[in-house]
Amino acid sequence: MDDSSTFDVVTAEPLDDIMQKIAEHKGCGTSSSGGKASCGSSDGPDDMAPEIWEKVKNHPCYSEEAHHHYARMHVAVAPACNIQCNYCNRKYDCANESRPGVVSEKLSPEQAAKKVLAVASTIPQMTVLGIAGPGDPLANPAKTFKTFELISKTAPDIKLCLSTNGLALPDHVETIARYNVDHVTITVNMTDPEVGAEIYPWIFWNHKRVTGKEAAKILTDRQMQGLEMLTERGILCKINSVMIPGINDQHLVEVNKAVKSRGAFLHNIMPLISAPEHGTVFGLSGQRGPSAQELKALQDSCEGEMNMMRHCRQCRADAVGLLGEDRSAEFTTDKIMEMDVAYDLESRQAYQSAVEQERLAKVAAKEAEMETLSREDVDGLNILVAVATKGNGRINEHFGHASEFQVYELSSSGAKFVGHRRVDLYCQGGYGEEDSLETVIRAINDCTAVFVAKIGHCPKDSLLAAGIEPIDEYAFEFIEQSAIAYFRNYLARVKSGEIAHVARGDADIRQGAFISA
Amino acid sequence: MAYKIVASQCTSCSACEAECPNVAISEKNGTFVINPKKCTECIGHFDIPQCVAVCPVDNTCVIDTSFPRYQPPGGAA
Ligand code: SF4
Ligand code: SF4
Repeated sequence: MDDSSTFDVVTAEPLDDIMQKIAEHKGCGTSSSGGKASCGSSDGPDDMAPEIWEKVKNHPCYSEEAHHHYARMHVAVAPACNIQCNYCNRKYDCANESRPGVVSEKLSPEQAAKKVLAVASTIPQMTVLGIAGPGDPLANPAKTFKTFELISKTAPDIKLCLSTNGLALPDHVETIARYNVDHVTITVNMTDPEVGAEIYPWIFWNHKRVTGKEAAKILTDRQMQGLEMLTERGILCKINSVMIPGINDQHLVEVNKAVKSRGAFLHNIMPLISAPEHGTVFGLSGQRGPSAQELKALQDSCEGEMNMMRHCRQCRADAVGLLGEDRSAEFTTDKIMEMDVAYDLESRQAYQSAVEQERLAKVAAKEAEMETLSREDVDGLNILVAVATKGNGRINEHFGHASEFQVYELSSSGAKFVGHRRVDLYCQGGYGEEDSLETVIRAINDCTAVFVAKIGHCPKDSLLAAGIEPIDEYAFEFIEQSAIAYFRNYLARVKSGEIAHVARGDADIRQGAFISA
Repeated sequence: MAYKIVASQCTSCSACEAECPNVAISEKNGTFVINPKKCTECIGHFDIPQCVAVCPVDNTCVIDTSFPRYQPPGGAA
């Protein structure tokens, strides 16, 4: 699922002028570490049916806002797969759902259930458990449903979700409904068997290996049937599609229509991850992934049709943690088996109701701040700001420790989350330590300001030289409230002539996330 | 003959284990192995060996010529 990223570095326009200025401030690089993934849609109640929002609001994979407050985890109990994809190398986890080259620790259902309880007892924000592989959960139905059964008995408050290629889906819809699984993700890369034959070399079907168009036809029929059966039962379905330039890029518009008409609530188009070292068919054949612009153009052309999810960071199949952190090392099989776990439902609920209070306070603060923003002053102006945050909707991360920045668009309608920019070392593919400040500036170059809890002198000067205003006066405050306050002040300064409004340039996008137009 | 698994190629995905009609496949020290005494080459069950058809790595489930060809009970293969 979600949740992981995995994409090759996509470089936008070189930002040479800026880099020239930065060069003068060399020698004070920031260091960033770790970098964990999360995924989400920026969509809030504005563009989603209220009953769907009600179901997804606490789900970190579906709502970026929820990602600040809640965490999900995946357990790798399903190693077997029933289809072969040209973007997958089974020596590693499925590249579609996980970082290539990272192998998740395989668990038995009993180990998985214990791990979930251990994590949920330690991290009260953990509200969602997903089974996504490394194979196909429904090609391992006994292990998948045994895991769900064990968890629903001891931790009934945890939401269950799963990801599938859909081939076996129609056979398991009843069981999925019985276990109260509330979200299913289906990976749909085509509805046309001609296209499918280029993506899937074979499927294992009715005790035979089926190839070519015949295989793709069976797969698409089963996917669409499964999708219909789920939506008829009111189970939410998200569609993941891998964009493969020259193979299914044009065709995904058709796929979008097909899944929308069958009731899918969210479509997540992800770029192909492809490099020779992954050992996949596409990697070895030199099939490239899309550029950030190509991805955005495709997402835009589908946007009118249904909710598009633009911020999936693709989590590895055994990821654990809240926004920007990976605590999976605390929960290895050896450690879990030694842990004495007592599941305390009451304290989890107490914690979660405190989180809801905090969320309400955040909304109230934002609304109060909005009152002060007069529409005339805005005058059609909008700017982007970057925020260093560890979660909870607050500006609470040190500039140098941030592994990603949240980007908000400020306009007459307030502050809107529009994406994230990863700056963790994993994504940088070969950038050295001393270049990391440069990398950060490239990643947020389209922003007017960056909000941080704390920042050193040296990076501060570099940011100013690049025309980005470092702001630490809202440290530990709510993000949206602070951003609106800043915007009001910004507009006043522009009006008084103290500063000039400058339209910012493009930014480097590391994984095909949202680019501000 | 029976089928065998080339251990160096096996990803331990377990897909073959569930498909074998004779429960001849099991996990041993991290990889999967076929018990040649139980393997019938799928004769009498399916047209093609199930382990070969489902395995994601080609040439991993292969015929082991050191065993005599399986003879189905009461008839020619
Ligand atoms: S050939 Fe058939 S019987 Fe023999 S191990 Fe493979 S699946 Fe089992
Ligand atoms: S299907 Fe192939 S790779 Fe998977 S466990 Fe069996 S022999 Fe190993």
